[in-house]
Amino acid sequence: MKSFAKLTIPYIVWMTIMIIVPMLMIVLYAVTVQGNDVLTFQFTFSNFIRFFQDSIFPTVLWRSLTMAFFTTLICIAIGYPMAYAMAKLKPRSQAIMVLLVTLPMWINMLVRTYAWKGILSNFDLSSEICVYIGMVYNFLPFMILQIYTSLSKIDENLIIASHDLGANDRQTFLRVVLPLSLSGVISGITLVFLPAVSSFFIPKLLGGGQYVLIGNLIEDYFISTGDWNFGSAISLIMAIIILISMYVTKKLDKEPPEVND
Amino acid sequence: MKKSRRIFSSIYMWIVLAFFYLPIVYVVFFSFNSSKSLSNFTGFSTKWYEEMFSNRSIMEAIMVTVVIAVIATAVSTVVGTITAIGMSKSKKVVREFITQTNNLPMLNPDIVTAIGFMLFFTSLRISTGFVTMLLAHIAFCIPYVILSIMPRLRRLDPNMAEAAMDLGCTPWQAMWRVIIPQIKGGIIAGALVAFSMSFDDFVISLFTTGPGISNISIYVYSNVKRVNPTINALSAIIVYVVTAILIIVNVIPMIRDRRKGKNYEAITEIR
Repeated sequence: MKSFAKLTIPYIVWMTIMIIVPMLMIVLYAVTVQGNDVLTFQFTFSNFIRFFQDSIFPTVLWRSLTMAFFTTLICIAIGYPMAYAMAKLKPRSQAIMVLLVTLPMWINMLVRTYAWKGILSNFDLSSEICVYIGMVYNFLPFMILQIYTSLSKIDENLIIASHDLGANDRQTFLRVVLPLSLSGVISGITLVFLPAVSSFFIPKLLGGGQYVLIGNLIEDYFISTGDWNFGSAISLIMAIIILISMYVTKKLDKEPPEVND
Repeated sequence: MKKSRRIFSSIYMWIVLAFFYLPIVYVVFFSFNSSKSLSNFTGFSTKWYEEMFSNRSIMEAIMVTVVIAVIATAVSTVVGTITAIGMSKSKKVVREFITQTNNLPMLNPDIVTAIGFMLFFTSLRISTGFVTMLLAHIAFCIPYVILSIMPRLRRLDPNMAEAAMDLGCTPWQAMWRVIIPQIKGGIIAGALVAFSMSFDDFVISLFTTGPGISNISIYVYSNVKRVNPTINALSAIIVYVVTAILIIVNVIPMIRDRRKGKNYEAITEIR
C-alpha cells in the first residue's frame, strides 16, 4: 500500500513548480521595482502606494466591486425563482430543464458575449447597462444550478410536515425551504461574484472600451504597458479583496439559522 | 389557483431560457446574412461559412484549440488519476497539502493564475507560444480531474486492493484491474471537465501564448473590434457541434432509461 503513496511525488513536484512558484512570483513582482535583475531585488511598497494615491485606480476597483455585487444580486433575484420553478417540476422535466440551462454554458463564453454585441447594437443603451447584461447572462446559469441543486435535495417530507403542522405556503417557504437552500445561494454567490470582479472581456467587448474594470487594468499593465510590477500589485490587491469576501461568505454559510445537523 | 401558479412559473422559465438562447439564435441567424450587417438581415447566403473555411488563421485557431484540448485532457487525466490514487493512500498531511494547493488555481480569478504563469515563463526565459499554453492548460486541468476522482476513491473499500495483492496481483495489476475500474465514472467525468475547460479557456491562454499562436477564444477576442461576419459563422459552427454532442450524450441515456423503465414495467407486470 505504501508504494501507492509514492505516486503523488511527481505531481507534488509539478504542483510546486506550476502553481506555488507562479503565485510567489506575483508577490515578488508586486513588492519590487521595475527592471530588476534576477538576483538583485530592490524591495518597495511604491506600487501599492501608487495604486491608492492615484485618482483613477481606487475608483475602478470600487466600480468592479459594486458591479460584481449588483450582478450577484440580480442573479439571485432572477435565479432563485427559476431554480424554485425547476425544482417543482416532474423528475424528467427537471432533467430536461437542467440540460437546457447547462447547454449554453458549453458554448465558448467569448462567442456568447460576442453574440450579445450584435443584439445590443440595435438598441441605444449605455455601456454600463450593456456590461450588466453580459455579466448576468454569463454568470446566471451558475447561480441557477447551485440553487437548484440545494432545492432539489430538500426532503419532500419536510414540506409536507410543515404543512401538517399548520404552516401556510409562505411560512413553509420562509422557515423551511429558504434556510435549507441558503447553502446553494452562497455557493452561487462565490461562483458569480468571483469571476465578475475580475472579468475583463465582458466590459471590453460590450462596454466598447469606455467601461474599465480592474481586470482591464491588469490586462493593460501586462499586455500593453508592460509594467509587470505595478500589474502584479493590482492583481494582488484584487486577490486579497476577493479572498476576504470569500472568507466572509463562507462564514455566512457556517451559521445557517435554526438548522442543526 | 394552483394551476395559475403553475402556468406563471412555466412562463417565467421559458422567459429565462429565451434570455439564454436569444444570442445563440441571433448569431446563428446572422451567420446566414448576405451583408456584413449584424442588425439588418438582407438575404440568405452561406458566403461567411465559405470565407471562414478558407480563412487560414481561423482554421489554425481551431487546430490549436483542439490539439491543446486533446493533449491537455490526456495528460491531466492520467496524472490526475495517478495522483488521486496516490493521495488516497497517503498521510493526511500530504493529502491536505495537495488539496489546498489545488484550490489555488480553482479559487483564484483566472487572470491572477494567468499572470502567474506569464511571469513564471518569462522569468525562466522560456519564450511563450504553443508549448507554454499547453503546459498552462495541463496545470489548470489537473486539479479538476483530481477533484472529480477523489469522492469515488473515498467510497472505495481500501481492502479491495489489498485483497487483490494478497491473491498475487502486483501493485500495478491491483491498480489497473481493481481500483481503476471502480473509479471509471470519476475519471471520465474529470476528463470531460478538463476537455471543456481547456477548449473554452480564454484568459489563461491569452497570457501564456506567444506571437502567432491563437486559440478560438483569442481569435474572437482580437477580431471583434471590427465587424467581422466570419466570426458569426465560426460561432454558429461551435453552436452546431456543441448542440449535436450534447444531444447525443444526453438523449441516448434518456432513451436507454426509458427502455429500461419499460422493461422493468414489463417484468413487474409478468410477475
